[in-house]
Amino acid sequence: MSTWKKMAIALFALAGGLAMVVPVAAQQAGTQFMGILGYRVGPYGANGAAFFTGFLDYLALVNERDSGINGVKLSWEECETEYNNAKGIECYERLKTRNETGPTAIHPMSTGITYGLIDKAPVDKIPLITLGYGRTDATDGRVFPWVFPILSNYWDAATGIVKFIGDKEGGSGKLKGKKIVLLYHDSAYGKEPHPVLEAEAAKLGFELKLIPVPHPGNEQQSQWLQIRQYKPDWVILWGWGVMTATALSTAQKVGFPRDKMIGNWWAGSEIDTEAAGPASEGYYAASLNLAGKNFSVVKDVEKFVYGKGKGGDPKLVGTVLWNRGLAAAMYTVEAVRTAQGKYGKKPMTGEQTRWGIENLNVDQKRLDQLGFGGMVPPLRLSCSDHGGSGLVRFQQWEGGKWNPVSEWMSGDKAMVRKMVEESAAKYAIEKGITAGCMKG
Amino acid sequence: MFYREAGQFKTTYAADQALFPIHQDRYAMMVILAIAFIGVPLFASDYWLTALLIPFLVFSLAALGLNILTGYAGQLSLGTAAFMAVGAVAAYNFQLRIPGMPILLSFLLGGATAALVGILFGLPSLRIKGFYLAVATLAAQFFIPWLVTKVGWFSNYSASGVISAQPIEILGKAFDSPQEKYLLVLAIVALLALLAKNLVRSRIGRAWMAVRDMDVAAEVIGIRILRTKLIAFAVSSFYCGVAGALYAFAYLGNVEPDGFNLDLSFRILFMVIIGGVGSILGSFLGAAFITLMPILLDVLLTHGSRAFNLNLEPGVTSMVQLLVFGALIIFFLIVEPHGLARLWQITKEKLRLWPFPY
Repeated sequence: MSTWKKMAIALFALAGGLAMVVPVAAQQAGTQFMGILGYRVGPYGANGAAFFTGFLDYLALVNERDSGINGVKLSWEECETEYNNAKGIECYERLKTRNETGPTAIHPMSTGITYGLIDKAPVDKIPLITLGYGRTDATDGRVFPWVFPILSNYWDAATGIVKFIGDKEGGSGKLKGKKIVLLYHDSAYGKEPHPVLEAEAAKLGFELKLIPVPHPGNEQQSQWLQIRQYKPDWVILWGWGVMTATALSTAQKVGFPRDKMIGNWWAGSEIDTEAAGPASEGYYAASLNLAGKNFSVVKDVEKFVYGKGKGGDPKLVGTVLWNRGLAAAMYTVEAVRTAQGKYGKKPMTGEQTRWGIENLNVDQKRLDQLGFGGMVPPLRLSCSDHGGSGLVRFQQWEGGKWNPVSEWMSGDKAMVRKMVEESAAKYAIEKGITAGCMKG
Repeated sequence: MFYREAGQFKTTYAADQALFPIHQDRYAMMVILAIAFIGVPLFASDYWLTALLIPFLVFSLAALGLNILTGYAGQLSLGTAAFMAVGAVAAYNFQLRIPGMPILLSFLLGGATAALVGILFGLPSLRIKGFYLAVATLAAQFFIPWLVTKVGWFSNYSASGVISAQPIEILGKAFDSPQEKYLLVLAIVALLALLAKNLVRSRIGRAWMAVRDMDVAAEVIGIRILRTKLIAFAVSSFYCGVAGALYAFAYLGNVEPDGFNLDLSFRILFMVIIGGVGSILGSFLGAAFITLMPILLDVLLTHGSRAFNLNLEPGVTSMVQLLVFGALIIFFLIVEPHGLARLWQITKEKLRLWPFPY
């Protein structure tokens, strides 16, 4: 009988819980609500925690230092996705109706979740901002009005890396006959750069070999044996999470020089290199933003947010991903500010925010004002270009920190743009979309 | 008192063979179906439909498919997600390559393709059993997502290997709102569940159970083992294939083949184990437990911590949720190792005696 009582109690608790799921009061009316799809647990939790701590710290800074955006305070709720596509969709659905103005703009922080949301965003009128990840051809805003792969996309990164390798070899003409391996995370994320690297290989005449690493990537013995047999001149590392550190330490084991390895920006944070220890010395990474605390905005965060005990985690301040989270939040806030310029100083809806992002113009002067000067390049978006600069900057891991070794540079932007338009046009046909700019 | 069959006489064979011979069961089922088909679309929010109910139904269907193979025919499989992937990719390609293809037919053909692949990977089941067969089905689990990503044709040469499912349109009517998608999924799942319920009561179903219980004895009484096992693989994979197509078309929209990984296969296996091995109802209960319980816990924890003003770090609630979920699974398995369906059966037996148990 006691078992039955227990069961009954469990069932009642369940029913009560279910009843609680529905009535979620609209919270903090009159604020600009941000729905955040974060992840701090799971195989990529460390990366997510750094990014989202930076994101939330900047939102807190705007509230503490400026009392919101033109007086409109920010509020937010974070939902844990664990970098899992199905959970990401569930979180998105949960947050999308939380507030009268919706979740403002969503940063899925996962290429997989981005793919899951691309069809939903136009229906729900919620813009997606994918800073340096996601679907590359969404750069063509005429086909993807609701998706903003801002700063640089994977194809920019891939051509940028090829250009950097070319510079190291003494000019892109010298790449002919060289052997380059792409060691990639076997997922949508890792496959994004394939077409553009293949096009580059055909154009510049180098040999390209694609080697996948299955998720999560903590075992790469066979891949590196393959690399050793192939004897490439360079290895491009399209890693994420534990895969990057494993690649670096395995490379050391098989004796592949780390200063012939270049990661993309998701394989270029302290989390990756510190985990591999001395094996990381000399490793290059293409970067979207610089690391370090030497920016006035970081000092403001330390003063206004951490000084008041409202910060996330002081250990993360100034790391690559934390700074990136800060920048991602800054672009979102600036987009809302831009939208407010047109629609008035009140909380912006998803539609209004979308207009704000599309007409976003954060030039160097504005960056300096905001204290981001030097951390990220300027960004200007338009209807046909949802991507922006396409610039990357190379950093090298030396002596326990990332040091910039190049200026902001871009690869073959014309080729990327042509491929983006072709790919977007194909998508438009598949989905029956008429390309065009949205009004208002 | 309420749940008693006294006075319900069966006067024909048909009445004796009815799906729900007890009136109360029949009425309860009608009420549930009425709520599911009429009440839910009218009152449920978009969040409930798209984030909870559609995945619940899709996973129920997949669990049902696996339950036919594992629960009824006794063949352990770890390839469920792979068969779902076949269904999704095949439905996408039928839709893409044949102009004017009706989408329901694409789903069916997707299921049929999965059935063929299922038969292929079921062939070793004649020689190997139990855990060894499970390992053999692992081959499907690794081979199929690999093949789909390796051969660009399957995803129409999409740069990232992602399949973007076409919009659903039936007889010129677009099914794009959550309500319409839910109804479509519900109708397909209800129909296939009814079919499964009848299938397991039929000659084939009895043959499956005979093979499951003792294959030598089954062979002696004249059941053709190979055919029976392969039919089980085909039917099971068909269900999984349709579930995969619905997963892609009605739930996610864009699917990367890696989504159909071993984790998903395990999740579906756990649904079957927790829901009840060899039970149609159990597939639904297990899917509900595995898909809805973590979300419920998450919501409860988030609201609970806010109500008590505990400033938990966002990651912490997630960890606690995992812990509680694990504990709950163990609790249910200790209380009733035969799954939630068996619990329901015991409840029914107790209800017959209630309120005067002896």
